[in-house]
This record gives sequence, structure tokens and C-alpha cells, in this order.
Amino acid sequence: MSISLAVFLVFVASTLGITYWAAKRSSGASAYFAAGRKIAAWQNGFAVAGDFMSAASFLGLIGLIALQGLDGILYSVGGFVAFVTILLLMAEPLRNLGKYTIGDVLAYRLNPRLVRALAAFSTLTIATFYMIAQMVGAGALVNLLLADSGITYNMAVVGVGALMMIYVVFGGMLATTWVQIIKAMLLSACGVILTVLVLKRFQFHLIDFFAAASQIAYHQKEQLVVRDFLQPGLHYHPPHGPVDLLSLSLMFVFGTAGLPHVLVKFYTVPDAKTARHSVVWAMFVIGGFYVLATVLGLAAAVIIGPDSILARGGTNMAGPRLAQAVGGDLFLAFVSAVAFATILAVVAGLMISASTSFAHDFWTNVIHHGRERTASESVLVARIAALAIGAASVLIATRLGPGSNVLILATFGMVVAASANFPVLALSIYWRRFNTAGAVAGLTVGLFSSLALILASPNFMGVDAASATGGRHLIQAQPWFPYENVGIVSVPLGFLAAVLATLLTKEPAAETKFDELMVRANTGLGAERTAAH
Amino acid sequence: MSNVAKNESVPTVNEKDWNAIANSKAFKDLIAIKKTFIVPAFAIFLLHYLALAVLIGYAPKLASTRVIGTVTIAYLFALSQFAVGWLIAALYLVAAAKFDALTVDILAHAAERQGGE
Repeated sequence: MSISLAVFLVFVASTLGITYWAAKRSSGASAYFAAGRKIAAWQNGFAVAGDFMSAASFLGLIGLIALQGLDGILYSVGGFVAFVTILLLMAEPLRNLGKYTIGDVLAYRLNPRLVRALAAFSTLTIATFYMIAQMVGAGALVNLLLADSGITYNMAVVGVGALMMIYVVFGGMLATTWVQIIKAMLLSACGVILTVLVLKRFQFHLIDFFAAASQIAYHQKEQLVVRDFLQPGLHYHPPHGPVDLLSLSLMFVFGTAGLPHVLVKFYTVPDAKTARHSVVWAMFVIGGFYVLATVLGLAAAVIIGPDSILARGGTNMAGPRLAQAVGGDLFLAFVSAVAFATILAVVAGLMISASTSFAHDFWTNVIHHGRERTASESVLVARIAALAIGAASVLIATRLGPGSNVLILATFGMVVAASANFPVLALSIYWRRFNTAGAVAGLTVGLFSSLALILASPNFMGVDAASATGGRHLIQAQPWFPYENVGIVSVPLGFLAAVLATLLTKEPAAETKFDELMVRANTGLGAERTAAH
Repeated sequence: MSNVAKNESVPTVNEKDWNAIANSKAFKDLIAIKKTFIVPAFAIFLLHYLALAVLIGYAPKLASTRVIGTVTIAYLFALSQFAVGWLIAALYLVAAAKFDALTVDILAHAAERQGGE
């Protein structure tokens, strides 16, 4: 066993130990659902950041910038700006409505059964895409650390997946808020240390660093090219590039505000003010990390180079390999352990939101018509749902292989959130006229149009040359949809379907209840508080 | 699941009261003042953000112009998104303090209406 593997295992074990200890100490965090609504603003801010910054943020983002330069940096910007939408439009009303899942919020003034079923289905879809990304990331990471041992990527994915499911299903879910807080701190620390080590190589002369980033030499179609990574156009170029970029932006600005595992964090705070402050905390943590990530991604291009990144480990391993290059094997072990803890924490967060939604929205409210189920039955159903998502994700992750960038995989979940969840959530909170037919149409059209377009996009469809090495397209045919990012079509479709179906039907009950929803959302009247009087 | 049940059974205000509060002047003022901040803030943010994709996609030459050393307009404009996001967050915190004060009044009024619960 190599020294870096040993150090890695020690770090992972101690992270888990600290988490367990912290979770036991705080009585609030032991509550299965909303952590007793006692979380402070800064804690919740770090937890939101922890939930949001997955393998995609750390492993995927750095790799994407290392290969695409400025075009990759747009992913960094997008991940951050999404929180402005959450801050201005979503966090406070969601907290004040005091519900637990997206289905709950929608069921407030709408006819719940079908709406809840669809909301649960879209939540599961989003969680599965995110889970696949985490599994690919974890598999690639273990594969890199165990490079000489003969363990293949597929074996790593299955092994890691099984371990994570055991951790999450048997107890890990309880500690999720603390896992997120600690992991967000570790990830931020990693980002800072890595940036300092990188810039030290340039004697902290930023101008020199950016000069190096403006002349990256690598091979493209077997020809040596030199490119300026601070200029756009490395990935998104005409004819489809400009529209694809707008599509990407639409997805980010609305998608994060529809991610169930991020939104769930706003139900855990005492009041709207704390929700608001926690978004601002999260914006500092996430923004800080993402600004550093632009430097780290460029640094990976400068120090390791795109050729070497693709040759060993693939795009997802650019960050860990940068750590090895500037900090040695020990630092690689540390960074890998943090990345691994990140994945574990996100898996826990995803699982809790997806399995809660399934148990609460689907099992209790749809199958059993809202008749309260016993706690043990709900937890059992949640665990089975978690296992099913885990198994499906492992299967798909092995099929996709280590070459798929985990950030791109996560964006599939995000575009579903932007097309299905965000339109109906926003309309339900802000539009008096909105009704059940609108929600059903919006969720259905948003979900299925985004899924169909993702499958028909160049992400999955394409003709590979017989000699092509690395990842092959799942569907060997010319893509039916020209853009990689499908939000430009699916987001407006989701909105349009919701609005049209609403206008075509009348539901006076939904309109009558809007007054109550407005008052609750804006004042917090009637919402559950920490210390009920 | 007991949390959920508890939450749904909190009996505080009946439908008439919700309508009364929603139609009160104080509440309408709160919504109006919220709108005057949130709508322009979100619009400015969205335009500034979408301008990045437009600049890079449709004016790549301009975006590639070097400003400081090799640092391009595109990179600086990307970084400006973070600055604008943080600025809006800071301004919102200030504005929201005012919303909170108005909300306290509305809640006090509502409690009175209910006979000082």
C-alpha cells in the first residue's frame, strides 16, 4: 500500500470520526428532517455551500477550466450567480412556508396528489444525475490513488458506491448538516492552500501567471497548437457556441434555485432572516472558492498541461494532480481525502432529499392518500429509495466511464431542475392565477423535454471514429439536437406549459388560497419556529 | 414524520384573517416596497449576467482584448459577476432590514386582531 493511500485512508477516517463526534454533540442535528430548525446562519451558510459544492465543483470544474480555459470559467460564474436568484426570490418564502419538500410547497394551494407524484419523480431524476456524477468522481479518484494495484475504474465505482450506500443508509444521513459544514470548511481550506502553492511558483506575480496561461501548448487532432486560455472560444465556437452559452447561463441562473437538496437547507433555519443571512454566507464561501477555482483550473493547464491531463486520470483528476505537482504525494492524499469527503457529504445530502421526497410525497401522500405512516415504515421506504438510486447511479457510472466530466453530468440534473422545478415553484409563490393544471403541465413538460433533449444532444449522440480512444457516445448517430446545453429550449418550454395550462383552466380554490400563501411567505405568520410559544 | 404532522396542524389564523391581512394597507405597503427593491435588483443582475454569455458568444474579438498584461476583458467581466453578486447581496441585507421592521408591525397588528394571543 502506497504512502499516499495510507494517508488518504487516515484522512477519510478522521473526517468521518469528527463528523460523527460533532453530530452526536449537537442534539438538533439528530432530527431526521429539518435538524430541529436550530441551525445558525453561518452554519447553514456553510451547509448550503457544502451541499452545493459537490465533486462537480472541485473535480469537474478545475478539469473543465484546464481544458476549456475561459469557456470553462463560465461554469464557475454560473454556479455562483445562481445564489442571487435564491437570495432574492426563493430562500425567504420557502423558509416561511415552512414545508419540507418541493411537493409540500406546491401542495400548499394546489390539488396535491398528481403534483406531489411529479415533484417526487423530478426530485429523484435530479438526484440520480447528481449521484452519477459523484460516483464517477469517486471512482476516478480511487482509481488514481490505486493506479498501480490493478483495480479498475469499474471495480472502484462499485466498491465506493457500496461503501457510500452503507454509510448513508445506516446512519450517515443523520449527520448531514454537520458533514456539510465540516466538508465546506475543508474544501475552502484546500482551495486556499492550493492557490498559495500555485502562485508561489510564480513568486506571487499574478501577471506572470496569467502570461503563462495565455500560451498553453497541447495537441488537438494530433497537431500541436498554442492557445490563449484567457480568451473565449476554446470550446464554444460558432455556429452553435453563442446560443449554447446563453443556454448554459439560463440553466445556471434558474437551475440551482430548483435543486431539492439545496432548497431543503432553507427549511432548517429558525426564521426568514436566518435563511437570508445563510444564503449570503453561502455566497461568500462558494464565490470565494469559485474565484480560486478559476486560478486553479488555469494553473492545471499551465503546470500539468491538457495533454497530460487527458492521458492520466482524465479531466476529473486535474485538481488532485495539480495538488500532487505543487505539493507532493502527501498533499495529493490530503486533497483526495477532502474530495472524497466532499463526495460522501453530497451523496448524504442528495440521498436525504431524494428519499425524503419519495417517502413523504410519494409513499405517504400519493400511495396512502396522506394518511400518516409510522416513522419506521417511512424510514424503511426512504432507505429502499436511497438504495435504488445508489444502485442505478453505480450502474450508469460504470457505463459512462471515468472520461465523462462530472460537472457536465451534474448540469443534466441542474437543467431538469431549471425546466421542471423552478418554473412551478416560482409561479406557485408569485402568481395568484397559478393552478394545479399549470403545475402538472409545467412539471411534466419541463422534466420530459429536458430529459429527451439531453439524450438527443451531442452529450449522448455522436458518431465516433472507430479508432477513437477514451469515452464513446452512448448513441452512435448524428445528434438530433445541436446544442450541448438544452436549457434554452427546455426552460422556456417548462414555463410556457405551466402558464398555458393555467390560463386554459379555472381553479378558484387555488386563487383563494393565494392570500394566505402571500401573507405566510412574506411575514412568516403561522410558520413553525424554534421555540414555539 | 411527526414534524410534518405537527406543522400542518398549527392552528393560528383562519381564512378570513389571511384575507384581511393580505388586503391591509400595511401588508400592501410591504409588498410594494419589496417589489421596488427586488424587481430592479433581479433585472439588473440578470442582464449583467446574460451580458457575459452575449459578450463571449457574439463579440469574441472584443472579449479577447487584453487589459492588464494578458488578462482579457472576458476574464475581468467574468470576475465582475462575483463582485456584482456580492454587492447585490450586501444591498439586499440593508433593504431587508426595512422589510423586517414592517413585518414586525404587521404581525403585531395581526396578533391584536386575534385578541392578543
